[in-house]
Amino acid sequence: MTRRPGKGRRQIALKDRLAPVLISLASVVLVFGAIAYFVGTAEQWPRIQSQFFSVDAMIEAAPGVARGFLVSLQIWLISLVCIGIWALVLAIFRAMSGPWFAPLRVFAIVYVDLFRGLPALLLVLLFGFGIPALNLPGLPKEGLFWGGVALILSYSAYATEVYRSGIEAVHEGQGMAAKALGLSQWQTLRYAILPQALRNVVPAMLNLVVALQKDVALLSVLGVRDAVREAQIYTARTFNYSSLVVAAILFLLATIPLARLTDHLARRDRQRRLQGAK
Amino acid sequence: MNRIEIEQLTKFYGERQVLDAVDLSIAPHEVVCLIGASGSGKSTLLRCINGLTEFDEGTVRLDGVDIYDESFGRTGLYKRVGIVFQAYNLFPHMSVLENITLAPIRVHGRDRREAEAAGLKLLELFGLGQYAKAYPEQLSGGQQQRVAIVRSLATEPDVLLLDEVTAALDPELIGEVLKIIRDLKTSGMTMVIVTHEMGFARDVADRVCFLDGGRIVEQGNPHQLFSKPENPRTQKFLERIIAAGRLEATV
Repeated sequence: MTRRPGKGRRQIALKDRLAPVLISLASVVLVFGAIAYFVGTAEQWPRIQSQFFSVDAMIEAAPGVARGFLVSLQIWLISLVCIGIWALVLAIFRAMSGPWFAPLRVFAIVYVDLFRGLPALLLVLLFGFGIPALNLPGLPKEGLFWGGVALILSYSAYATEVYRSGIEAVHEGQGMAAKALGLSQWQTLRYAILPQALRNVVPAMLNLVVALQKDVALLSVLGVRDAVREAQIYTARTFNYSSLVVAAILFLLATIPLARLTDHLARRDRQRRLQGAK
Repeated sequence: MNRIEIEQLTKFYGERQVLDAVDLSIAPHEVVCLIGASGSGKSTLLRCINGLTEFDEGTVRLDGVDIYDESFGRTGLYKRVGIVFQAYNLFPHMSVLENITLAPIRVHGRDRREAEAAGLKLLELFGLGQYAKAYPEQLSGGQQQRVAIVRSLATEPDVLLLDEVTAALDPELIGEVLKIIRDLKTSGMTMVIVTHEMGFARDVADRVCFLDGGRIVEQGNPHQLFSKPENPRTQKFLERIIAAGRLEATV
Protein backbone atom coordinates (compact mmCIF):
# COMPACT_ATOMS: atom_id res chain seq x y z
CA MET A 1 0.00 0.00 0.00
CA THR A 2 1.62 3.25 -1.06
CA ARG A 3 1.00 6.50 0.70
CA ARG A 4 -0.28 9.18 -1.61
CA PRO A 5 1.17 12.56 -0.90
CA GLY A 6 -1.21 15.28 0.22
CA LYS A 7 -3.58 12.96 2.01
CA GLY A 8 -4.02 13.26 5.78
CA ARG A 9 -1.38 11.24 7.55
CA ARG A 10 -3.56 10.20 10.47
CA GLN A 11 -6.27 8.89 8.18
CA ILE A 12 -3.85 6.65 6.33
CA ALA A 13 -2.24 5.45 9.52
CA LEU A 14 -5.63 4.43 10.90
CA LYS A 15 -6.54 2.61 7.71
CA ASP A 16 -3.16 0.90 7.61
CA ARG A 17 -3.58 -0.21 11.19
CA LEU A 18 -7.12 -1.47 10.79
CA ALA A 19 -6.73 -3.45 7.57
CA PRO A 20 -4.44 -6.20 8.96
CA VAL A 21 -6.63 -6.60 12.05
CA LEU A 22 -9.73 -7.05 9.95
CA ILE A 23 -8.03 -9.48 7.61
CA SER A 24 -6.75 -11.67 10.43
CA LEU A 25 -10.13 -11.57 12.18
CA ALA A 26 -11.98 -12.57 9.04
CA SER A 27 -9.57 -15.37 8.17
CA VAL A 28 -9.67 -16.79 11.70
CA VAL A 29 -13.49 -16.80 11.70
CA LEU A 30 -13.56 -18.34 8.24
CA VAL A 31 -11.09 -21.16 8.90
CA PHE A 32 -12.32 -22.17 12.33
CA GLY A 33 -15.95 -21.69 11.33
CA ALA A 34 -15.43 -24.07 8.44
CA ILE A 35 -13.77 -26.66 10.68
CA ALA A 36 -16.57 -26.39 13.25
CA TYR A 37 -19.18 -26.71 10.51
CA PHE A 38 -17.65 -29.84 8.99
CA VAL A 39 -17.08 -31.52 12.32
CA GLY A 40 -20.52 -30.56 13.64
CA THR A 41 -22.38 -31.82 10.59
CA ALA A 42 -20.39 -35.03 10.24
CA GLU A 43 -22.40 -38.23 10.54
CA GLN A 44 -20.23 -39.54 13.37
CA TRP A 45 -20.36 -36.36 15.45
CA PRO A 46 -23.16 -37.39 17.87
CA ARG A 47 -21.22 -40.57 18.74
CA ILE A 48 -18.02 -38.62 19.24
CA GLN A 49 -19.85 -36.13 21.36
CA SER A 50 -21.39 -38.68 23.70
CA GLN A 51 -18.11 -40.61 23.95
CA PHE A 52 -15.83 -37.65 24.73
CA PHE A 53 -17.94 -34.60 25.47
CA SER A 54 -20.94 -35.92 27.36
CA VAL A 55 -21.89 -33.15 29.79
CA ASP A 56 -23.59 -35.56 32.19
CA ALA A 57 -20.57 -37.84 32.31
CA MET A 58 -18.30 -34.89 32.77
CA ILE A 59 -20.27 -33.59 35.74
CA GLU A 60 -20.36 -37.03 37.26
CA ALA A 61 -16.63 -37.62 36.82
CA ALA A 62 -15.52 -34.11 37.78
CA PRO A 63 -15.24 -34.45 41.60
CA GLY A 64 -13.05 -37.56 41.40
CA VAL A 65 -10.89 -36.17 38.62
CA ALA A 66 -10.56 -32.84 40.42
CA ARG A 67 -9.48 -34.65 43.59
CA GLY A 68 -6.91 -36.54 41.54
CA PHE A 69 -5.81 -33.31 39.92
CA LEU A 70 -5.07 -31.83 43.33
CA VAL A 71 -2.83 -34.83 44.00
CA SER A 72 -1.13 -34.20 40.62
CA LEU A 73 -0.65 -30.55 41.50
CA GLN A 74 0.91 -31.38 44.86
CA ILE A 75 3.36 -33.85 43.33
CA TRP A 76 4.10 -31.32 40.60
CA LEU A 77 4.80 -28.42 42.94
CA ILE A 78 6.93 -30.39 45.38
CA SER A 79 8.89 -31.92 42.50
CA LEU A 80 9.38 -28.48 40.91
CA VAL A 81 10.95 -27.07 44.05
CA CYS A 82 13.25 -30.08 44.42
CA ILE A 83 14.22 -30.05 40.74
CA GLY A 84 14.84 -26.29 40.74
CA ILE A 85 17.24 -26.57 43.66
CA TRP A 86 18.94 -29.87 42.84
CA ALA A 87 19.51 -28.96 39.19
CA LEU A 88 20.96 -25.60 40.20
CA VAL A 89 23.37 -27.35 42.56
CA LEU A 90 24.42 -29.67 39.73
CA ALA A 91 24.81 -26.77 37.30
CA ILE A 92 27.01 -24.96 39.83
CA PHE A 93 29.11 -28.13 40.27
CA ARG A 94 29.50 -28.16 36.53
CA ALA A 95 30.44 -24.48 36.31
CA MET A 96 33.19 -24.56 38.95
CA SER A 97 36.62 -24.64 37.39
CA GLY A 98 39.90 -25.65 38.98
CA PRO A 99 41.34 -29.04 39.89
CA TRP A 100 39.72 -29.20 43.34
CA PHE A 101 36.27 -29.22 41.83
CA ALA A 102 37.00 -31.97 39.31
CA PRO A 103 35.06 -34.66 41.28
CA LEU A 104 31.98 -32.43 41.41
CA ARG A 105 32.24 -31.68 37.69
CA VAL A 106 32.58 -35.35 36.82
CA PHE A 107 29.66 -36.21 39.08
CA ALA A 108 27.44 -33.65 37.35
CA ILE A 109 28.43 -34.84 33.88
CA VAL A 110 27.84 -38.51 34.68
CA TYR A 111 24.57 -37.68 36.41
CA VAL A 112 23.20 -35.80 33.42
CA ASP A 113 24.34 -38.45 30.94
CA LEU A 114 22.73 -41.18 33.02
CA PHE A 115 19.37 -39.66 33.87
CA ARG A 116 18.84 -37.84 30.60
CA GLY A 117 19.56 -41.07 28.77
CA LEU A 118 16.87 -43.11 30.52
CA PRO A 119 13.12 -42.91 29.87
CA ALA A 120 11.26 -41.28 32.76
CA LEU A 121 8.75 -44.16 32.75
CA LEU A 122 11.55 -46.69 33.25
CA LEU A 123 12.86 -44.73 36.22
CA VAL A 124 9.37 -44.42 37.69
CA LEU A 125 8.88 -48.20 37.47
CA LEU A 126 12.39 -48.93 38.74
CA PHE A 127 12.11 -46.65 41.76
CA GLY A 128 8.37 -46.89 42.40
CA PHE A 129 8.17 -50.70 42.42
CA GLY A 130 11.83 -51.66 42.89
CA ILE A 131 12.86 -49.77 45.99
CA PRO A 132 9.73 -50.44 48.09
CA ALA A 133 10.21 -54.13 47.26
CA LEU A 134 13.65 -54.04 48.89
CA ASN A 135 12.00 -53.33 52.25
CA LEU A 136 14.92 -51.18 53.31
CA PRO A 137 14.57 -50.22 56.97
CA GLY A 138 14.17 -46.52 57.67
CA LEU A 139 13.14 -45.58 54.13
CA PRO A 140 9.61 -44.76 52.96
CA LYS A 141 7.82 -47.57 51.17
CA GLU A 142 5.14 -45.66 49.25
CA GLY A 143 5.25 -45.86 45.48
CA LEU A 144 4.18 -42.23 45.43
CA PHE A 145 7.35 -41.12 47.23
CA TRP A 146 9.74 -43.16 45.10
CA GLY A 147 7.92 -42.33 41.89
CA GLY A 148 8.31 -38.67 42.78
CA VAL A 149 12.01 -39.22 43.43
CA ALA A 150 12.33 -40.79 39.99
CA LEU A 151 10.69 -37.79 38.34
CA ILE A 152 12.94 -35.40 40.26
CA LEU A 153 16.08 -37.32 39.31
CA SER A 154 15.05 -37.47 35.67
CA TYR A 155 13.93 -33.86 35.25
CA SER A 156 16.91 -32.51 37.18
CA ALA A 157 19.14 -33.79 34.41
CA TYR A 158 17.27 -31.71 31.82
CA ALA A 159 17.03 -28.70 34.12
CA THR A 160 20.78 -28.86 34.81
CA GLU A 161 21.44 -28.56 31.10
CA VAL A 162 19.03 -25.62 30.86
CA TYR A 163 20.80 -23.85 33.72
CA ARG A 164 24.14 -24.62 32.13
CA SER A 165 23.11 -23.15 28.80
CA GLY A 166 22.00 -20.04 30.67
CA ILE A 167 25.30 -19.80 32.50
CA GLU A 168 27.30 -20.25 29.31
CA ALA A 169 25.21 -17.64 27.52
CA VAL A 170 26.39 -14.94 29.93
CA HIS A 171 29.17 -13.05 28.17
CA GLU A 172 32.65 -14.09 29.30
CA GLY A 173 33.51 -10.44 29.92
CA GLN A 174 31.19 -10.58 32.93
CA GLY A 175 33.25 -13.27 34.60
CA MET A 176 36.44 -11.42 33.76
CA ALA A 177 35.13 -8.16 35.21
CA ALA A 178 34.08 -9.95 38.39
CA LYS A 179 37.47 -11.61 38.71
CA ALA A 180 39.24 -8.29 38.15
CA LEU A 181 37.17 -6.80 40.96
CA GLY A 182 38.48 -9.54 43.24
CA LEU A 183 35.33 -11.66 43.48
CA SER A 184 35.98 -15.33 44.23
CA GLN A 185 34.75 -18.01 41.86
CA TRP A 186 31.68 -18.57 44.01
CA GLN A 187 30.98 -14.84 44.40
CA THR A 188 31.34 -14.39 40.64
CA LEU A 189 28.69 -17.03 40.06
CA ARG A 190 26.46 -15.78 42.85
CA TYR A 191 26.50 -12.05 42.09
CA ALA A 192 27.49 -11.70 38.44
CA ILE A 193 26.65 -14.84 36.46
CA LEU A 194 23.67 -16.62 38.05
CA PRO A 195 21.30 -13.62 38.25
CA GLN A 196 21.73 -13.15 34.51
CA ALA A 197 21.68 -16.87 33.76
CA LEU A 198 18.42 -17.40 35.67
CA ARG A 199 16.72 -14.64 33.67
CA ASN A 200 18.02 -16.18 30.46
CA VAL A 201 16.55 -19.59 31.20
CA VAL A 202 13.00 -18.64 32.24
CA PRO A 203 11.36 -19.54 28.89
CA ALA A 204 13.27 -22.82 28.50
CA MET A 205 12.57 -23.71 32.12
CA LEU A 206 8.87 -23.09 31.62
CA ASN A 207 8.84 -25.76 28.93
CA LEU A 208 10.16 -28.21 31.50
CA VAL A 209 7.63 -27.04 34.10
CA VAL A 210 4.78 -27.75 31.68
CA ALA A 211 6.29 -31.04 30.55
CA LEU A 212 6.69 -32.14 34.16
CA GLN A 213 3.10 -31.37 34.94
CA LYS A 214 2.08 -33.79 32.24
CA ASP A 215 4.64 -36.41 33.21
CA VAL A 216 3.27 -36.52 36.75
CA ALA A 217 0.65 -38.72 35.07
CA LEU A 218 3.39 -41.39 34.78
CA LEU A 219 2.95 -42.02 38.50
CA SER A 220 -0.51 -43.40 37.72
CA VAL A 221 1.22 -46.63 36.67
CA LEU A 222 2.22 -47.02 40.32
CA GLY A 223 -1.39 -46.75 41.42
CA VAL A 224 -1.08 -43.15 42.54
CA ARG A 225 -4.58 -41.68 42.28
CA ASP A 226 -3.78 -38.59 40.25
CA ALA A 227 -6.09 -36.92 37.70
CA VAL A 228 -5.38 -39.43 34.93
CA ARG A 229 -5.83 -42.42 37.23
CA GLU A 230 -9.12 -41.09 38.57
CA ALA A 231 -10.31 -40.44 35.02
CA GLN A 232 -9.32 -43.96 34.01
CA ILE A 233 -11.21 -45.41 36.95
CA TYR A 234 -14.34 -43.62 35.76
CA THR A 235 -13.76 -44.74 32.17
CA ALA A 236 -13.29 -48.35 33.22
CA ARG A 237 -16.63 -48.26 35.04
CA THR A 238 -18.76 -46.46 32.42
CA PHE A 239 -16.90 -46.95 29.09
CA ASN A 240 -17.23 -43.19 28.58
CA TYR A 241 -14.10 -41.13 27.93
CA SER A 242 -15.46 -37.73 28.95
CA SER A 243 -13.64 -38.04 32.26
CA LEU A 244 -10.31 -37.97 30.43
CA VAL A 245 -11.45 -34.81 28.65
CA VAL A 246 -12.18 -33.30 32.07
CA ALA A 247 -8.62 -34.16 33.12
CA ALA A 248 -7.33 -32.65 29.88
CA ILE A 249 -9.22 -29.41 30.51
CA LEU A 250 -7.81 -29.21 34.03
CA PHE A 251 -4.27 -29.65 32.73
CA LEU A 252 -4.78 -26.89 30.17
CA LEU A 253 -6.30 -24.59 32.79
CA ALA A 254 -3.12 -24.95 34.79
CA THR A 255 -0.53 -24.67 32.03
CA ILE A 256 -1.86 -21.91 29.77
CA PRO A 257 -2.06 -19.20 32.47
CA LEU A 258 1.41 -20.27 33.55
CA ALA A 259 2.78 -19.49 30.11
CA ARG A 260 1.10 -16.07 30.10
CA LEU A 261 2.43 -15.35 33.58
CA THR A 262 5.98 -16.12 32.52
CA ASP A 263 5.68 -13.87 29.47
CA HIS A 264 4.40 -11.14 31.72
CA LEU A 265 7.24 -11.53 34.21
CA ALA A 266 9.87 -11.50 31.49
CA ARG A 267 8.35 -8.35 29.98
CA ARG A 268 8.13 -6.57 33.33
CA ASP A 269 11.72 -7.40 34.13
CA ARG A 270 12.83 -5.95 30.80
CA GLN A 271 10.80 -2.80 31.33
CA ARG A 272 12.15 -2.31 34.81
CA ARG A 273 15.67 -2.37 33.47
CA LEU A 274 14.85 -0.07 30.55
CA GLN A 275 13.03 2.55 32.58
CA GLY A 276 15.18 2.34 35.65
CA ALA A 277 14.12 2.74 39.25
CA LYS A 278 13.50 6.46 39.09
CA MET B 1 61.28 2.59 43.35
CA ASN B 2 59.22 1.67 40.34
CA ARG B 3 55.53 1.04 40.84
CA ILE B 4 55.52 -1.78 38.31
CA GLU B 5 58.45 -3.84 37.10
CA ILE B 6 58.02 -6.36 34.33
CA GLU B 7 60.96 -8.62 33.57
CA GLN B 8 61.36 -11.12 30.76
CA LEU B 9 57.62 -11.63 30.50
CA THR B 10 56.83 -14.48 28.11
CA LYS B 11 53.47 -15.90 27.18
CA PHE B 12 52.25 -18.52 24.74
CA TYR B 13 48.75 -19.23 23.53
CA GLY B 14 49.29 -22.83 22.55
CA GLU B 15 52.11 -22.77 19.99
CA ARG B 16 51.84 -19.06 19.29
CA GLN B 17 54.10 -16.78 21.27
CA VAL B 18 52.26 -13.56 22.16
CA LEU B 19 54.82 -12.05 24.53
CA ASP B 20 58.55 -12.44 23.99
CA ALA B 21 60.69 -11.56 27.02
CA VAL B 22 59.14 -8.14 27.61
CA ASP B 23 60.85 -5.76 30.05
CA LEU B 24 59.00 -2.68 31.21
CA SER B 25 59.21 -0.49 34.29
CA ILE B 26 56.62 2.09 35.25
CA ALA B 27 57.27 4.82 37.80
CA PRO B 28 54.62 6.08 40.24
CA HIS B 29 52.28 8.63 38.59
CA GLU B 30 53.58 7.69 35.18
CA VAL B 31 51.16 7.23 32.26
CA VAL B 32 52.34 4.66 29.74
CA CYS B 33 50.52 4.02 26.48
CA LEU B 34 50.94 0.73 24.66
CA ILE B 35 50.36 0.98 20.92
CA GLY B 36 50.69 -1.51 18.12
CA ALA B 37 48.70 -3.50 15.60
CA SER B 38 46.07 -6.06 16.65
CA GLY B 39 47.74 -9.22 17.87
CA SER B 40 50.95 -7.44 18.86
CA GLY B 41 50.44 -8.57 22.47
CA LYS B 42 49.56 -5.24 24.08
CA SER B 43 46.27 -6.35 25.65
CA THR B 44 47.86 -9.57 26.88
CA LEU B 45 50.71 -7.60 28.44
CA LEU B 46 48.17 -5.37 30.17
CA ARG B 47 46.25 -8.32 31.61
CA CYS B 48 49.41 -9.97 32.91
CA ILE B 49 50.00 -6.95 35.13
CA ASN B 50 47.00 -7.70 37.36
CA GLY B 51 47.18 -11.47 37.01
CA LEU B 52 44.05 -11.70 34.89
CA THR B 53 46.06 -13.59 32.31
CA GLU B 54 48.66 -16.07 33.49
CA PHE B 55 52.08 -15.89 31.89
CA ASP B 56 54.59 -18.63 31.23
CA GLU B 57 57.89 -17.01 32.19
CA GLY B 58 59.18 -13.86 33.79
CA THR B 59 58.07 -11.76 36.73
CA VAL B 60 55.75 -8.88 37.39
CA ARG B 61 56.32 -6.85 40.55
CA LEU B 62 54.12 -4.24 42.15
CA ASP B 63 56.10 -1.90 44.40
CA GLY B 64 58.88 -4.46 44.42
CA VAL B 65 56.68 -7.42 45.43
CA ASP B 66 56.00 -10.29 43.04
CA ILE B 67 52.29 -10.21 42.11
CA TYR B 68 52.01 -13.89 43.00
CA ASP B 69 53.47 -13.27 46.47
CA GLU B 70 51.26 -14.63 49.23
CA SER B 71 51.21 -11.25 50.98
CA PHE B 72 48.67 -10.07 48.40
CA GLY B 73 46.19 -12.71 49.47
CA ARG B 74 43.51 -13.64 46.98
CA THR B 75 42.16 -10.16 46.44
CA GLY B 76 44.96 -7.76 47.35
CA LEU B 77 46.34 -7.42 43.85
CA TYR B 78 42.89 -6.78 42.33
CA LYS B 79 42.27 -4.07 44.91
CA ARG B 80 45.49 -2.26 44.08
CA VAL B 81 45.40 -2.66 40.30
CA GLY B 82 42.09 -1.80 38.64
CA ILE B 83 41.22 -2.58 35.04
CA VAL B 84 38.69 -1.17 32.56
CA PHE B 85 37.67 -3.13 29.49
CA GLN B 86 36.80 -2.24 25.93
CA ALA B 87 33.21 -3.51 26.26
CA TYR B 88 32.71 -1.89 29.71
CA ASN B 89 31.60 -5.27 31.17
CA LEU B 90 29.20 -3.64 33.60
CA PHE B 91 26.77 -6.03 35.30
CA PRO B 92 23.48 -5.40 33.44
CA HIS B 93 21.25 -6.67 36.27
CA MET B 94 22.66 -4.23 38.79
CA SER B 95 22.13 -0.49 39.04
CA VAL B 96 25.08 1.81 38.53
CA LEU B 97 25.53 2.20 42.27
CA GLU B 98 25.29 -1.56 42.84
CA ASN B 99 27.94 -2.10 40.17
CA ILE B 100 30.25 0.30 41.94
CA THR B 101 29.69 -0.94 45.49
CA LEU B 102 29.81 -4.68 44.70
CA ALA B 103 33.55 -5.12 45.23
CA PRO B 104 33.88 -2.77 48.24
CA ILE B 105 31.01 -4.55 50.02
CA ARG B 106 31.46 -8.18 48.98
CA VAL B 107 35.21 -8.40 48.52
CA HIS B 108 36.60 -5.83 50.92
CA GLY B 109 33.94 -6.14 53.61
CA ARG B 110 32.99 -2.48 53.77
CA ASP B 111 29.79 -1.41 55.44
CA ARG B 112 27.00 -1.08 52.87
CA ARG B 113 25.92 2.42 53.82
CA GLU B 114 29.49 3.63 53.94
CA ALA B 115 30.30 2.06 50.58
CA GLU B 116 27.18 3.56 48.99
CA ALA B 117 28.01 7.01 50.30
CA ALA B 118 31.54 6.70 48.94
CA GLY B 119 30.21 5.38 45.62
CA LEU B 120 27.78 8.28 45.25
CA LYS B 121 30.52 10.76 46.02
CA LEU B 122 32.73 9.19 43.38
CA LEU B 123 29.89 9.22 40.82
CA GLU B 124 29.24 12.90 41.49
CA LEU B 125 32.91 13.67 41.14
CA PHE B 126 32.73 12.29 37.59
CA GLY B 127 29.42 13.97 36.77
CA LEU B 128 27.41 10.75 36.94
CA GLY B 129 25.53 11.37 40.18
CA GLN B 130 22.08 11.42 38.58
CA TYR B 131 22.59 7.92 37.12
CA ALA B 132 23.22 6.14 40.42
CA LYS B 133 19.92 4.26 40.26
CA ALA B 134 19.89 3.74 36.49
CA TYR B 135 20.75 0.42 34.88
CA PRO B 136 23.67 0.18 32.44
CA GLU B 137 21.56 -0.40 29.34
CA GLN B 138 19.76 2.92 29.92
CA LEU B 139 23.03 4.80 29.55
CA SER B 140 24.98 5.77 26.46
CA GLY B 141 28.20 3.93 25.70
CA GLY B 142 30.25 6.85 26.92
CA GLN B 143 28.33 7.00 30.19
CA GLN B 144 28.68 3.23 30.65
CA GLN B 145 32.41 3.42 30.13
CA ARG B 146 32.67 6.28 32.62
CA VAL B 147 30.73 4.17 35.13
CA ALA B 148 33.12 1.29 34.45
CA ILE B 149 36.05 3.58 35.20
CA VAL B 150 34.39 4.72 38.43
CA ARG B 151 33.77 1.06 39.36
CA SER B 152 37.45 0.28 38.99
CA LEU B 153 38.29 3.31 41.12
CA ALA B 154 35.91 2.33 43.93
CA THR B 155 38.49 0.06 45.51
CA GLU B 156 41.01 2.93 45.51
CA PRO B 157 43.63 1.26 43.32
CA ASP B 158 47.20 2.52 42.94
CA VAL B 159 47.38 1.55 39.27
CA LEU B 160 44.71 1.65 36.57
CA LEU B 161 44.88 -0.49 33.45
CA LEU B 162 42.80 0.69 30.50
CA ASP B 163 42.25 -1.80 27.70
CA GLU B 164 41.12 0.00 24.52
CA VAL B 165 38.45 1.76 26.54
CA THR B 166 37.25 3.94 23.64
CA ALA B 167 37.36 1.31 20.89
CA ALA B 168 33.68 0.36 21.23
CA LEU B 169 32.41 3.94 21.43
CA ASP B 170 30.81 6.16 18.82
CA PRO B 171 33.25 8.92 17.83
CA GLU B 172 31.22 11.68 19.50
CA LEU B 173 31.29 9.82 22.85
CA ILE B 174 35.02 9.24 22.98
CA GLY B 175 35.78 12.73 24.25
CA GLU B 176 33.97 12.39 27.57
CA VAL B 177 35.88 9.20 28.38
CA LEU B 178 39.23 10.65 27.38
CA LYS B 179 38.52 13.69 29.56
CA ILE B 180 38.18 11.44 32.63
CA ILE B 181 41.48 9.80 31.84
CA ARG B 182 43.15 13.21 31.55
CA ASP B 183 41.61 14.17 34.91
CA LEU B 184 42.98 10.97 36.43
CA LYS B 185 46.43 11.80 35.10
CA THR B 186 46.19 15.22 36.70
CA SER B 187 45.28 13.59 40.00
CA GLY B 188 48.44 11.50 39.79
CA MET B 189 47.06 8.06 38.93
CA THR B 190 49.57 5.59 37.55
CA MET B 191 48.08 4.25 34.32
CA VAL B 192 48.90 1.76 31.62
CA ILE B 193 46.76 2.42 28.57
CA VAL B 194 46.27 0.23 25.51
CA THR B 195 44.83 2.50 22.85
CA HIS B 196 44.26 3.08 19.16
CA GLU B 197 43.71 6.80 19.75
CA MET B 198 47.14 7.98 18.67
CA GLY B 199 46.34 11.66 19.13
CA PHE B 200 45.22 10.92 22.68
CA ALA B 201 48.30 8.82 23.36
CA ARG B 202 50.48 11.68 22.18
CA ASP B 203 48.70 14.12 24.50
CA VAL B 204 48.33 12.10 27.65
CA ALA B 205 51.26 9.68 27.75
CA ASP B 206 54.52 10.28 29.54
CA ARG B 207 55.90 7.40 27.55
CA VAL B 208 54.67 5.44 24.55
CA CYS B 209 55.68 1.85 23.88
CA PHE B 210 55.26 0.39 20.41
CA LEU B 211 54.72 -3.37 20.45
CA ASP B 212 55.21 -5.68 17.53
CA GLY B 213 55.34 -9.48 17.57
CA GLY B 214 55.20 -9.67 21.35
CA ARG B 215 58.13 -7.30 21.95
CA ILE B 216 58.47 -3.66 22.81
CA VAL B 217 60.20 -2.58 19.64
CA GLU B 218 60.54 1.07 20.48
CA GLN B 219 59.65 3.32 23.37
CA GLY B 220 60.14 6.94 24.26
CA ASN B 221 58.37 10.17 25.01
CA PRO B 222 55.38 10.65 22.72
CA HIS B 223 56.68 13.60 20.75
CA GLN B 224 59.86 11.82 19.89
CA LEU B 225 58.18 8.51 19.08
CA PHE B 226 55.39 9.95 16.96
CA SER B 227 57.48 12.48 15.07
CA LYS B 228 60.88 10.77 14.79
CA PRO B 229 60.39 7.02 15.14
CA GLU B 230 63.71 5.23 14.80
CA ASN B 231 62.69 1.65 14.25
CA PRO B 232 61.54 0.83 10.70
CA ARG B 233 58.58 -1.17 12.05
CA THR B 234 57.40 1.78 14.13
CA GLN B 235 57.78 4.01 11.08
CA LYS B 236 55.72 1.64 8.96
CA PHE B 237 52.99 1.33 11.61
CA LEU B 238 52.73 5.10 12.03
CA GLU B 239 52.66 5.63 8.26
CA ARG B 240 49.68 3.31 8.05
CA ILE B 241 47.98 5.12 10.93
CA ILE B 242 48.54 8.49 9.30
CA ALA B 243 47.35 7.16 5.95
CA ALA B 244 44.17 5.98 7.66
CA GLY B 245 43.64 9.49 8.99
CA ARG B 246 43.96 8.45 12.64
CA LEU B 247 46.86 10.83 13.36
CA GLU B 248 47.88 14.11 11.77
CA ALA B 249 51.34 13.90 10.30
CA THR B 250 53.72 15.98 12.33
CA VAL B 251 56.82 15.68 10.19
